[in-house]
Amino acid sequence: MPTVHFTDAEGAVRDVEGNVGDSVMETAVRNGVPGIVAECGGSLSCATCHVFVREDCVSQLPPMEDMEDEMLYGTAVDREDNSRLSCQLRLADGTELFVTTPETQV
Amino acid sequence: MGTQAAEQPASATTHPASVPAHTGLLIIGASQSGVQLAVSLRALGFDEHITLLGDEDHRPYQRPALSKEFLQGTVESESLIFRSNDYWAEHNVELVKGEYIVRIDKDADGSGVAHASSGREFPFKRLALTVGARARKLDIDGGDLDGVLYLRNADDALALKARVGDATDVVVIGGGFIGLEAASSLQKMGKNVTVLEFGPRLVGRAVGEETAEYFLQAHRSRGLDIRLNTSAARFTSNADGGASVAAVELQDGTVLPAQIVLIGIGVIPNTQLAEQLGLAVDNGVVVDRFALASDGSTVAVGDVANMPNPVPGSEPGERIRLESVNNAIEHAKVAAYSLTGRHEEYAGIPWFWSNQADLKLQIAGLCNGFDATVLRRDEERGKFSVLYYRQGRIIAADCVNAPLDFMAVKNALAKGRNIPADAAADPATQLKTITTDS
Repeated sequence: MPTVHFTDAEGAVRDVEGNVGDSVMETAVRNGVPGIVAECGGSLSCATCHVFVREDCVSQLPPMEDMEDEMLYGTAVDREDNSRLSCQLRLADGTELFVTTPETQV
Repeated sequence: MGTQAAEQPASATTHPASVPAHTGLLIIGASQSGVQLAVSLRALGFDEHITLLGDEDHRPYQRPALSKEFLQGTVESESLIFRSNDYWAEHNVELVKGEYIVRIDKDADGSGVAHASSGREFPFKRLALTVGARARKLDIDGGDLDGVLYLRNADDALALKARVGDATDVVVIGGGFIGLEAASSLQKMGKNVTVLEFGPRLVGRAVGEETAEYFLQAHRSRGLDIRLNTSAARFTSNADGGASVAAVELQDGTVLPAQIVLIGIGVIPNTQLAEQLGLAVDNGVVVDRFALASDGSTVAVGDVANMPNPVPGSEPGERIRLESVNNAIEHAKVAAYSLTGRHEEYAGIPWFWSNQADLKLQIAGLCNGFDATVLRRDEERGKFSVLYYRQGRIIAADCVNAPLDFMAVKNALAKGRNIPADAAADPATQLKTITTDS
């Protein structure tokens, strides 16, 4: 099963198993990972599912589209080079992803 | 819990003195606001039992996709589920599906018993109403024909999906967000769609004139047939008197073929239970700044609540009822604080979104009472924003395919900052760079 390891801003780690095809955001929200808000439910409207992706995992991810790129300029904690909106990251068979959630999403 | 209540002797009366021991919080409405209330309460350490009760036969789900991705079949129903069953179990939240509450008996201390149409009883120590709103019905001839549909909940969406395969022509009645979202989806699915709007412009009061006009032109250029100032007179079946709708007859006598009529003409807050409880009701359940209804103990949250306008700088006494995901979430947080004995006011700036075809509308703030607008238009990149000002201060923005503008305005409003109108007029200028402290 795909697995996402969420580390919060204080360093606490939560490992969550997800389903192939689900987004990282959905996986987090359904299991109550507190660092992901996702007000808009994944329609790329709110920028409250911001994550920092561990550098060695970045290559597993789909390229960023313009809308995601623009939304990332409005996140509550400023974006970094490894920032993504987790609603745009779909889990594949065998995905093992390490992400850190920002201190705040709103 | 409910099952205990159901085992009370049949002779038990509903007099408050005889009701079973009251426990925990009963949240009526397994909605966006009901889910958020339960989640926020657990995050705040609320340790009493929580029952989250809904009248639908589905686990609590997200509604926005019903008119878009779910209708188009690009997301599975499982994706709409808010939380896993494990989450609810771990957080000691009891989900009750398919129970419709018809009457509530409540004591002066706020506790009581809710009675479902099935006969089940749900005792509570504290009550939350997150019952939302229902679709306004269009009461004209033929309104009960098969294929005359509304789109408010998952069953509505399933009914629409079930008919859509056999339909060629769809008439959407109402040029608001839900009508335009569904019309865009159905057009994308290859249907011949006509939108009828009773008023002189699209999207009613939710956006300003310039945005409404932009959407009218944008949809028409994408091939959607939109008719303003147009009403349906009746729906008719085919000549052999079948049970299904076949056409819409307009006031001027025009007949439009339609195997599906989808009506989206607004919603009515579900205040029936509040009225029966004797709570103050006026365009929703009247609540104070802390989401408390007029009895001082029941909380009412989200679409159903008429609350003091939470936007900084609002006129004292001004009240508002907001229908949005963002409000359901933020208002639920206020209510969660109230239920744990804290008084925290509404945080954040109301915001809204609506995705229609490739038009992505994001609205920050409320534009009521604006006295000036600034238009930012980048034809080449398909971006369009209207900024709204009152006495020189920015109060809201409608942004189409312009997330940078949206985020800049939302952040400025949240921090009490301004975006000077003269500098904002150049669409090449990033709003974030001209935001000022006062």
